[in-house]
Formats: sequence, structure tokens, C-alpha cells
Amino acid sequence: MSWHEFIDMGGRGAYVWSAYGVALVVLVVNLLAPALWRRRLLRELARRLKRSRNPQ
Amino acid sequence: MWHFFHQLASPRYFYRFAGRILPWLGAACLLLMLAGLYQGLLVAPTDYQQGDSYRIMFIHVPAAWMSLFVYVVMAVSGAVGLVWRIKLAEIVAVASAPIGASFTFLALVTGAIWGKPTWGTWWVWDARLTSELILLFLYLGVIALNSAIEDKRTAARATSVLALVGVVNIPIIHYSVEWWNTLHQGATVTKFDVPSIDLRMLIPLLLMALAFKLFYLVVVLMRARCEILQRERNTGWVRELVEAP
Repeated sequence: MSWHEFIDMGGRGAYVWSAYGVALVVLVVNLLAPALWRRRLLRELARRLKRSRNPQ
Repeated sequence: MWHFFHQLASPRYFYRFAGRILPWLGAACLLLMLAGLYQGLLVAPTDYQQGDSYRIMFIHVPAAWMSLFVYVVMAVSGAVGLVWRIKLAEIVAVASAPIGASFTFLALVTGAIWGKPTWGTWWVWDARLTSELILLFLYLGVIALNSAIEDKRTAARATSVLALVGVVNIPIIHYSVEWWNTLHQGATVTKFDVPSIDLRMLIPLLLMALAFKLFYLVVVLMRARCEILQRERNTGWVRELVEAP
């Protein structure tokens, strides 16, 4: 099978690849959301801790 | 064994345990997904009726299976949280909702993309499609209700009740293709009979299904860890963790 045939998917390439594209986006967003949430949380908690240590 | 489960239910222990197994689960998920994609896109033969558009199945069917599976996990852990007041069960229920919603969304969108070249339409109001759409609304309702209530524990209890009520939709989705005349085809794998599918198509389908299951496990652990950090932010162990991450 050639590269062109693979992309073309027997003329249904647009359907197949857009479906796989949506899947990729959904999976990446699912991973990114908790990763960013965790980073934000840790930063926020560190700031709170620092403030409680040295109240001006 | 019981000791292990007892420990696991403590948020602090769970946080550390999940952190330790996450890289392994992630690696296994990635390997399975790559194997499934290779088998599904390159090895599996072209379908004699649908041509190559049937390859959408390798994401559509695992996503649809997971949309039901995650809902059941969410409802059961919600019920466990309601009855035994186990914090970790509540956390798993709350953490599952966005993942389940995204799988449902994926199943609906890939189904529409598959439907266009196969049925000639993006959408029909048949029983299978409609009940799956209701599932998406149930998930969104759970997410909205959970974020609308300030107190985390009250929110978890309210959403668990809503999730339990919605369980009635799960058998409706599964049997919709038998109970009603649907444009959607019947089951080919999940029935009490030999699966009516070529082995070269079945293998990538099962690989992808397993990969999706592991993916859910990875994301639910990541989300649960964040929930735990947020709920336990005033405890000593979280303070220690923040100081020396």
C-alpha cells in the first residue's frame, strides 16, 4: 500500500481522518486538563503557605 | 489484602499510590493504542460493503463502550460514597463525569462522521442515537450540579443521586437496537454468541477498547489526585508535599 492510498482510504479519507482527528483532540484535552489543574493547585497552595508563614 | 484496600481508601495513601502507578499505566495505554492503530489502519482488510470508512469503528465503538462503562463506574462509586461515606468513592465519581462526557461526545461525533458516508445522513432520531444523546445530557447535568454546589461533600452526594437515577438509561442504550427498529446496526461483539466479525478487525477493536479503558484509568487517577489535593489542602501532608514536591 502506498502513502497516497493510505491517506485516501478508498476515497473516504476525509471522513476517516476527521474522526481520528476529533479523537486525538478529545484525548489530548483529557490529559491536559488535570495536568494544568495540578500545576495551578500546587502553585496556589505554595503561595498560601508562604503567606501564612510570614504575615506582614 | 484487606489491609491494602483499607489503606487505599485513605486519600493520602491513594495520592501516593496513584502517583507511582500512573507512568506504568500511561506507557501500557500508549503501547496498546499504537498497536491498535497499526492493526486497525494498516493490517485490517477493507470492508466489502462499507469500504474503508468502517475504520472509524476502531474509535467509535471503544468510545461508545466507555461512555456506558464510565457511567456505571460513576454511579456505583457514587452509591458506595452515599452508603458508606467513603471520601475516595465520592472523589472517583466526581472525577469520572468529565471523562465519561468526553467519551460520549466522541462516540456521537465519530458516529455522525461514520453515518454520513454509510447511511447518507449525519444524524437520525433513532433510539440508539437519541438515548446516547440523553447520556451526554446526563453527564453534563452531573458536572453542572457538582460545580453549582459550593461544599464539596454536599455536591458529591447530590451528584451521586442524580447519577444513580440516570442509570436507567444504560440498559435502554444497550438494548435500543433490539427493542426498536433502529437505523443503527445491532451488536456484533457484545452478544451471547460468536462475534460476527473478521478476526483481523476484532483484534484491533479489542486492542483499542483496552487502550481506552486504560486511558480512562490514567485520567481518572490524575483527576482524583487533584481533587484530593484540593480537599485536603489544610492537612499536614499536603503542606509537606507543597514545600518539597
